[in-house]
Amino acid sequence: MTATSDNLSMLEAPGINWRRQIRFALVGGLSSAFIALAGMPVGLDGRNIIRPILSMGYLALLWVPFVFASLAGSVVILEGMTERERDAKDLAAGALVGLGSSSGLILLMILIQNFNLRDPLVNWSPQLLNLLSFDRSIGLGMLLWLILGTTLGLLGGAMHVVPGKVRSRILAVALAVFAVSVLETFLTDLLEGFGLEVLTDFVYYKRGGLEVLGAVVVAALTLMIPLMVGSKIKDIKTRVVEMPNEERRRVNLLLLTVCAALMLVLPFFLGKITNELLANVGLFVLLALGLNIVVGLAGILDLGYVAFFAVGGYTTAVLTSPNSPGFSPELPWPVALIVVVVLTGIVGLFIGAPVIRMRGDYLAIVTLGFGEIIRLLFLSDWLSGWFGGAQGITNIPGVDVGIGTVKGTDPRSVFLLVLVFCAIAIYVSWRLEHSRLGRAWMAIREDEDVAEAMGVNTTNTKLMAFVVGAVLASFSGAIFSAKVGSIFPTSFLMLVSIIILVVVIVGGMGNIVGVIVGALVLIGVLGGPKQPGLLQEFSQFKLLIYGALLVWMMLKRPEGLVPNVRRTRELHQEEFLQDAWLKGEIDTDDHEDSP
Amino acid sequence: MAATHDAKPTSRVLWVDRFLTLIRIAFVVLISVGLIAFIAQQIDPQNPLARWLNPDATGLTAPQFKGLLVTGLAQGAMYGLIALGYSMVYGVLGFINFAHGEVFMVGAMSGMITSNKLADAGLWEDAFLFSLLFVVVTSITISTATAVIMERIAYRPLRGSPRLIPLITSIGVSFFLQNMSVVLLGPGAKSYPSLPSWLSQKRSVIGFEIEGTKLVVLLTAAVSMAGLWFLVERTRTGKAMRAVAEDKEIAALMGIDVNRTIVTTFAVGGAMAGVAGILWGILFRSVIHTTGFLPGIKAFSAAVVGGIGNLGGAMAGGLSLGAAEATAPLVLLEPLGVDGVSQLRDAVAFAVLIFVLLVRPSGLFGERLSDEDRA
Repeated sequence: MTATSDNLSMLEAPGINWRRQIRFALVGGLSSAFIALAGMPVGLDGRNIIRPILSMGYLALLWVPFVFASLAGSVVILEGMTERERDAKDLAAGALVGLGSSSGLILLMILIQNFNLRDPLVNWSPQLLNLLSFDRSIGLGMLLWLILGTTLGLLGGAMHVVPGKVRSRILAVALAVFAVSVLETFLTDLLEGFGLEVLTDFVYYKRGGLEVLGAVVVAALTLMIPLMVGSKIKDIKTRVVEMPNEERRRVNLLLLTVCAALMLVLPFFLGKITNELLANVGLFVLLALGLNIVVGLAGILDLGYVAFFAVGGYTTAVLTSPNSPGFSPELPWPVALIVVVVLTGIVGLFIGAPVIRMRGDYLAIVTLGFGEIIRLLFLSDWLSGWFGGAQGITNIPGVDVGIGTVKGTDPRSVFLLVLVFCAIAIYVSWRLEHSRLGRAWMAIREDEDVAEAMGVNTTNTKLMAFVVGAVLASFSGAIFSAKVGSIFPTSFLMLVSIIILVVVIVGGMGNIVGVIVGALVLIGVLGGPKQPGLLQEFSQFKLLIYGALLVWMMLKRPEGLVPNVRRTRELHQEEFLQDAWLKGEIDTDDHEDSP
Repeated sequence: MAATHDAKPTSRVLWVDRFLTLIRIAFVVLISVGLIAFIAQQIDPQNPLARWLNPDATGLTAPQFKGLLVTGLAQGAMYGLIALGYSMVYGVLGFINFAHGEVFMVGAMSGMITSNKLADAGLWEDAFLFSLLFVVVTSITISTATAVIMERIAYRPLRGSPRLIPLITSIGVSFFLQNMSVVLLGPGAKSYPSLPSWLSQKRSVIGFEIEGTKLVVLLTAAVSMAGLWFLVERTRTGKAMRAVAEDKEIAALMGIDVNRTIVTTFAVGGAMAGVAGILWGILFRSVIHTTGFLPGIKAFSAAVVGGIGNLGGAMAGGLSLGAAEATAPLVLLEPLGVDGVSQLRDAVAFAVLIFVLLVRPSGLFGERLSDEDRA
């Protein structure tokens, strides 16, 4: 950034940085070996993506050379720079990175064959070696990896050579095939509900995975559909944007109603497993919406959020279950819910009040402490006369809603109930975000001192965030205990708080749609702390992936998948200022003052 | 709100403040009642006050109490060693490195692997001291490497971002390291090989019957602490570390390589965590992927209790936290008639953290932070 603003327009992005390529090659090799030793290839081999060609296990290794080569070749184009012409050298760089990635595997194969480290490393097995050598001889396996790695690296490098339109098409096709394969359970269930088994039989292999022909059809459709309807969608979009405000609001409302109606009808077309899955997702959407208010809007990092979920669940259990050890009024669920909401709100105040004045990071640890204290109290012998200790509370009746009972054995009803509460939570979040209180929260998130100077009562406002978040979590807890029918302290580990945090952050802090998308993608596909997702084979790796995802998101995209506009601006303030400075929109002196 | 504005413009006491005062008073009352009941029951278990609070009170004998104290102090010394890492990183970078507890776990795990390999080779029994040295060195190396790599990949790109961002990142790192241990080494607890009997037998030191292992833990902690003190206060590196903690920009202007100093800080903290990991192995002889979580949080609490950024304070905080969590359930809670008090040990540790933050947020021995970190 030594250039002055005069010659900026001539500046070209720098050429290939070979040290960077070599670094990526080494990291790629290490990652491949790590993935292999983590047991992903063997553990995921049972799941087919495209039946005879590609299994999830191999995919876990094959993405590395491609993605690393493509990442190594990408260059950040700063404001005022022109992109460099790409040529054959980029292909060579990609191939080098791919080669590096696969040589990590080759080295591992040599090591596995000659040494036995099975004792500490559980996946150091002949099975892994077999899989790595494609069930053939080891030499052939190595050769194949060499070729595969280099080719995939070459392709990754080629991603930068081809025009942008082609690149996005290729990525779309790959993503579509992968998604259709991953969503198999869901899609099969949905299509069966509509009586379209023919389609699923055609696309999917009997025991999981796409047929080759199915994959080709999906790929072709992904290529064709944008060509046929792409321009029309664009037309409609511009027309809606150009509409007067009044009319646009009406269109939005219509869309929302249609979506809501579809969601309400959806459970009746789905089977048990999918309904169960979506009910779990819904519970996490509720939790994540609550945490979104605390973390996303008010900017308070609450790591003990599970405490409110636990209080909600346990209070419901005590009030409704006939087996509750201490006090057992056996109230109907809706009545109990009122008590639950009030009580959790009070607990929110009690936990919030002592921590509200602390520094942001101390607050995080102390709330984590509170979360653990509450779990330990539910677990302790001291209070087991009330909460059953490690035995928990069993025999919690379902929710009686007149026409039937909502309970775990009937996932469809649970899903419907969850949907209703999600709708309430979404409405509340949406209204709050645009209310005086919501603006106060955002002001505090951006700068607490300034907010206070502007007349925001920071203490009360932050406590309100705690209470609202707590109440939303208690809804989830109440439904959870009615759904599962029994409740134990092990359901409320700190892990749950972290997973909800990951959902909020990956989805997009402060954005309702983002949070829902985050819950669908993470809980729906990978699974919750105990609930399996669509990729059941992933259950032993999901926490690892959550951790890696959290780090990656914070490093590369802290605003989340579906970002909140204002939050993005806060997080990238420096970059925005820099761009503005380079464009000459602000004086250089101002830049010095920016934080 | 507008109405209250002109009514009382000078009074800024909110209900939250009153509530906090109530909590503080409740804490103090609980502690004093517990202590009084404990003293009453120690004087005479049939004492009416003791019987009223807990009819089954039996009291503690002197050896029991000493045993609890020594156990607590040995664990506390370990917390102190981990707390040094939290405290140093907080002092230099101003954020809680949540994953530091996992560095400790990595140290304990690598110690488990090497000591078991040595035991398989027969060296663990034959040449115990040599193997122990080897185990300590590898474990320190690996945990130091973990800390340094962690800094390079996850924290360096985030320098200068809002302080919650690196904290969230470190939660992710912690999650990743924990589960990396699960997928690489398998779930379930793994045990250290058994120690020679001369090490674990009890010895009496100034009236205390101390198991050899606990003695080793206390001595090692003291030696490491002395070494760290020397490094920070008496060497050029230490001076650089203190300067960077004070003000990064001015330190850079004075010709200090800030990046290198930060890496050194992480490395030293990682080494201390590695030592603590081995001590954990010697004390409990069992390690699991979640080993790092609770000791990590408690060590952070210890750093806060002692005053964050203050190295002596971190050690003292660790020792007092360890002693408190070992004795408080039996000294304070049992006389109050709470059942199953030993289950509440961890809750006591968190309660100590909350209490200290409510009563004296800068810690018992005062925090040493630059103004920007304190904000």
